[in-house]
Amino acid sequence: MEKHEMICICCPRGCRLNVAAEGGEIKEISGNRCRRGETYAKEELTHPMRVVTTTVQLNGGKIPMLPVKTSKAIPKALIFDCIDCLRDVSVDAPAAIGDVIIKDVLGTGADIIATRTIGKRD
Amino acid sequence: MKNVDIVIVGGGPAGLAAAVSAKRHGADSILILERDASLGGILNQCIHSGFGLHRFKEELTGPEYAQRYISLVEELEIPYLLGTTVIDITHDRKVTAVNSEDGVIEIQAGAVIMAAGCRERPAGAINIYGDRCTGIYTAGTAQKFVNIDGYMLGKKIIILGSGDIGLIMARRMTLEGAEVKAVIEIMPFSSGLNRNIVQCLNDFGIPLYLSHTVTSIKGDKRLESVTVAEVDQSLKPIKGSEREVECDTLLLSVGLLPENEMSKRADVVLSGVTGGAVVNERFETSTPGIFACGNVLHVHDLVDYVSEESERAAKYAVDFVRGRTYAESDIQITPGSGVRYTVPFKINPHNIEDNLVIRFRVSTRYSDKRIRVLINGEPVMSRLEPALVPAEMQTAVISREKLNAIPDIRDIVVEVGD
Repeated sequence: MEKHEMICICCPRGCRLNVAAEGGEIKEISGNRCRRGETYAKEELTHPMRVVTTTVQLNGGKIPMLPVKTSKAIPKALIFDCIDCLRDVSVDAPAAIGDVIIKDVLGTGADIIATRTIGKRD
Repeated sequence: MKNVDIVIVGGGPAGLAAAVSAKRHGADSILILERDASLGGILNQCIHSGFGLHRFKEELTGPEYAQRYISLVEELEIPYLLGTTVIDITHDRKVTAVNSEDGVIEIQAGAVIMAAGCRERPAGAINIYGDRCTGIYTAGTAQKFVNIDGYMLGKKIIILGSGDIGLIMARRMTLEGAEVKAVIEIMPFSSGLNRNIVQCLNDFGIPLYLSHTVTSIKGDKRLESVTVAEVDQSLKPIKGSEREVECDTLLLSVGLLPENEMSKRADVVLSGVTGGAVVNERFETSTPGIFACGNVLHVHDLVDYVSEESERAAKYAVDFVRGRTYAESDIQITPGSGVRYTVPFKINPHNIEDNLVIRFRVSTRYSDKRIRVLINGEPVMSRLEPALVPAEMQTAVISREKLNAIPDIRDIVVEVGD
């Protein structure tokens, strides 16, 4: 049985998890103050996932940058590919929270969505 | 001069939550004064996720969290002024503000809620020896440049201080193509949240040097290198441990200071520990009718708690306007062993309507210790904590029933013990 110490990143509490696992299968877990910790530990041992947040250019908006995120966590290994996909993306103002900027980014099933509502520049 | 029941200084998370709560508690007139061009405060530049898990039971980014409250403010038709800076508040709550449209605005407030947040400690506050070149920014300024204005600041980056904004910016600059060479922390532990060390540093292989500091800065016009040295237990650089690290940008994440210039003008007594006002259980400062909540009161690590605190403060601000009186809050809550400060600072148990919520921070790292609240020397609450760190705000809750069961409360102590 392998023993792992890890810090749950699901919320700012950052629970310190002690995990005993065998072949990616969790046998024992302690330190998690909620059930998300268990899911996190399992994912982290087998296929770590992250929500990616960044910005894209906003043309004609009150603010030049539109913050965006993946609508759900994507494989950690794809973070930089995801950022690369967005490097030359620009959208026209206005933008609203939830606007889909890219559908199914990198075939992950996650969309890139806007996280701020920004109107047109006066 | 116009009269407004509740004037709220600051339209960030604290001010927005206070406004919504004041409205729901029936305030007749409310006015939010916001210095920036939009509501939302610092959340607008915090584009990362992790906000709202307590409040909304979902993981939101900063702008999304802000929008939840901005939408409520709009729905409830609460008035606000943008681009408006408060330049004076008197002890009898005359508020003077300026903006480019109305010029000088004078308001007689029924109650004032201070919700102006905090500022970053700047380079000048930490006295680093060396050249005065460009390329040195506070982490929050860098965050605004990158996330709002769309400017990249440099290519080779050193971050001094491991506060959360510094950690978040280590990841952000990496994603934007910079090489973040290291995060340097003078203390033997990080001042940021553990989850940020994992997802902002470890995920990207960015080293964190604990017990290290930057001892000098070199650069003709632009920053060229910094000298990094290990420090001893008294935080003094160890001779011979220095090495020069090439970089073009130094980000500082060395602490936040509540912004209380206006509070001082209104004769509000400030705490030497938090830099925020000394408040009672109603979040009222030493100046009657002036309340404080959010980061202007004490620096929070979770915005969810800012919202909660601000909602409570606003309720009492409305009570004040209505002339409801409370018993004097003359019982001190004393930070005992291992506790840096508590909010509130003093209470009167008769004023507690539901629970007494005490927020506090520990002074150093502890493992397997108990958080205890003692009333008249007797423990009324005790909780075993596997790990306690100064970066995480702690909470102790004492129910009203428990408080009422003690007939003559003389002193309350919050401590860390075995």
